[in-house]
Amino acid sequence: MNYYLTEEQQMIKELAAKIADEKVKPVAIKYDEEGTFPHDIVKILADSDLCGVYISEEYGGFGGGIFEMALVVEELSRACGGIALSFAASGLGAFPIILYGTKEHKEKYLPQIASGAKLAAFGLTEANAGSDAAGIQTTAVLDGDEYILNGTKQWITNGGEADIYTVIACTNRAKGARGFSAFIVEKGTPGFSFGKKENKMGIRASVTSELVFEDCRIPKENLLSKPGMGFIVAMKTLDRTRPGVAAQALGIAQGAFDEALKYSGERVQFDKPISSFQAIQHMLADMAIQIEAARCLVYQTCKLVDSGAKSISKESAMSKVFASDTAMKVTIDAVQVMGGYGYMKEYPVEKMMRDAKITQIYEGTNQIQRNVIALELIKEQKSGKKVN
Amino acid sequence: MNIIVCVKQVPATNEVKMNKETNTIIREGIEAIINPFDTYAIEEGVRIKEKTGGKTTVLSMGIPSVADLLKETLAVGIDEAVLLSDRTFAGADSLATSYALSKGIEHIGDYDLIVCGKQAMDGDTAQVGPGLAEKLGIPHTTYVRKIEEINDKYIRCQRMTEDGYDIIEMPLPAVITVVKEINEPRLPSLKGMMRAKRAVVTVLTAKDIGADSDLCGLKGSPTQVVKTFVPVHDVQSEMIEGEPEEQAEKLAKKLLSMQFNTSDSTEVI
Ligand SMILES: Cc1cc2nc3c(=O)[nH]c(=O)nc-3n(C[C@H](O)[C@H](O)[C@H](O)COP(=O)(O)OP(=O)(O)OC[C@H]3O[C@@H](n4cnc5c(N)ncnc54)[C@H](O)[C@@H]3O)c2cc1C
Ligand SMILES: Cc1cc2nc3c(=O)[nH]c(=O)nc-3n(C[C@H](O)[C@H](O)[C@H](O)COP(=O)(O)OP(=O)(O)OC[C@H]3O[C@@H](n4cnc5c(N)ncnc54)[C@H](O)[C@@H]3O)c2cc1C
Repeated sequence: MNYYLTEEQQMIKELAAKIADEKVKPVAIKYDEEGTFPHDIVKILADSDLCGVYISEEYGGFGGGIFEMALVVEELSRACGGIALSFAASGLGAFPIILYGTKEHKEKYLPQIASGAKLAAFGLTEANAGSDAAGIQTTAVLDGDEYILNGTKQWITNGGEADIYTVIACTNRAKGARGFSAFIVEKGTPGFSFGKKENKMGIRASVTSELVFEDCRIPKENLLSKPGMGFIVAMKTLDRTRPGVAAQALGIAQGAFDEALKYSGERVQFDKPISSFQAIQHMLADMAIQIEAARCLVYQTCKLVDSGAKSISKESAMSKVFASDTAMKVTIDAVQVMGGYGYMKEYPVEKMMRDAKITQIYEGTNQIQRNVIALELIKEQKSGKKVN
Repeated sequence: MNIIVCVKQVPATNEVKMNKETNTIIREGIEAIINPFDTYAIEEGVRIKEKTGGKTTVLSMGIPSVADLLKETLAVGIDEAVLLSDRTFAGADSLATSYALSKGIEHIGDYDLIVCGKQAMDGDTAQVGPGLAEKLGIPHTTYVRKIEEINDKYIRCQRMTEDGYDIIEMPLPAVITVVKEINEPRLPSLKGMMRAKRAVVTVLTAKDIGADSDLCGLKGSPTQVVKTFVPVHDVQSEMIEGEPEEQAEKLAKKLLSMQFNTSDSTEVI
């Protein structure tokens, strides 16, 4: 379908697609098997200027928004959802600075992220605080001109590889979620180290690690927004970046569908290509319908977010739920279309099926997203005004 | 250091159709790409410039639509693009092509190095690079696989041979033609693509570059292509081992067994 992208967006999509097809596809299986970080691809992305598509020109970026970021994530995910995540998670780490950073923060950090010289990461989750993010235990105590951080963040994407971390910690436990604050922590700060590196089902090219803070002192100026705003910073950031996860899911689904469609024309059984069987045809048609519907929702949500609209939680959650559920279903069906070959590691769809699963889990599970959507709906109904 | 990279448009397919009358390629209706070998020439030109400073210019002789292809080179680091496009240039053989390009290069002026691809994917003669050097009266090295050193005075490079490489040093300005082993061409960057989109390709006619129309195009082309075909190499070779005497004996036996001797050759070893 023609989405009437602007000339710039079309250019971004084409360039990302070129990188995906020429550079990422040939190495996707290797990185999945090794579970190592794709430094060479990150370098290619940096050289391509794509790391700055969502950062304003003032800070060395291209001046786009979430839509531009999503287009890159979608294209890269067609080839490898894990490699695409290294790019997307840097965006997740950068957005708190874009949204809440001071001029000094932006001048210091955004050009480095935009050029791809440095990756960013976002640290909220802890062992006992997943869906219930309000349960985090990491603390930050003001001591003169410095905050002292203590605690451990778990399952942080780009952990160890990123240089710039936005971290949510408790500055006033008595106030609960209203006592959280957001900070920028640089790699190499004394007292900041990396713990366990996870061994995962999918997106194995992406690194997921613990962030360990032991009396880690950071300058007071590294506080993002005001003390007590940490939870808001986190939630507003995630509202904006969730269509990025949706785009990742969309790309994975598209990649799996492309493989299945191609294969169905090549595989001959009962003297016919399997694409001549109606059972296969209907499966392919359903996959295509869901992918296109997801794309409509994701792109439109991106436009809404980039418009500067205030109320975006519901739509952002919807795009993530729909695209990730689509990715799971489509990748399972892609394996089915390809039969035993689809189950084998020689073909890319079994990996895509494993990669798809995470999109239903992180940046808020799909259950939590449905909670958000329902609460918004009820709120709208009560207030009598439908927002969007 | 100012570098001129010569780039040819070629059809994106191997099934080249020929015009029966003129025996030239029919280019209409076939997707056009930059000659793949020339992408290595572009990359090498850009790399040298990044090291030494200066300017890179791509130069091509071709139909007006080649301008769009030349713009693509601006997205991978080339600074300027010049296209020689004029009916006078049509139907050129490698001699007339070399002539026109040499006039174009003289028109651009102030160059230190000219980089060409090893050969064009369609014409395949590999003559234009050396031809160009002769027209300009400067030295050349073909099949360059590595530049060991380059400065304002000279270039030292490795020329690929069948069983290794030669090291060749030449004074500048000079022409080199490069093989694909020399580098890995980069992908375009977003900023490069934006710049390319806004860029203007300079289009020059035969008159603009002061080319003699009798030496251009079909008129200036002594070559008559009678027939084109891809030669088939299916010769089986066998190495004969041993001391010289043994080898000679084995060879003689082999030849005899092949029964090349005719009835009137009576004497056998
Ligand atoms: C590979 C990977 C990368 C990650 N990257 C990051 C990162 O970069 N930064 C970061 O901060 N975090 C990251 N996370 C953490 C991620 O966001 C959390 O895993 C996610 O929010 C869910 O939390 P949990 O895993 O603790 O699940 P739990 O919260 O323990 O949930 C378990 C199950 O219970 C359900 N559930 C929980 N509460 C409710 C409820 N109220 N109603 C209905 N159902 C409920 C959930 O939907 C889920 O099915 C990452 C996780 C993974 C696996
Ligand atoms: C099948 C076939 C056979 C031909 N046989 C002959 C022949 O035997 N003799 C003959 O003289 N002509 C021949 N031609 C014509 C030939 O294609 C053109 O003369 C062409 O312009 C130069 O030769 P080439 O394509 O072989 O280039 P090559 O000499 O192989 O090209 C080497 C390099 O020169 C540069 N270059 C070549 N052409 C241009 C250009 N137009 N603009 C900028 N840079 C360029 C590029 O860097 C290229 O990589 C033949 C054409 C065809 C299609």
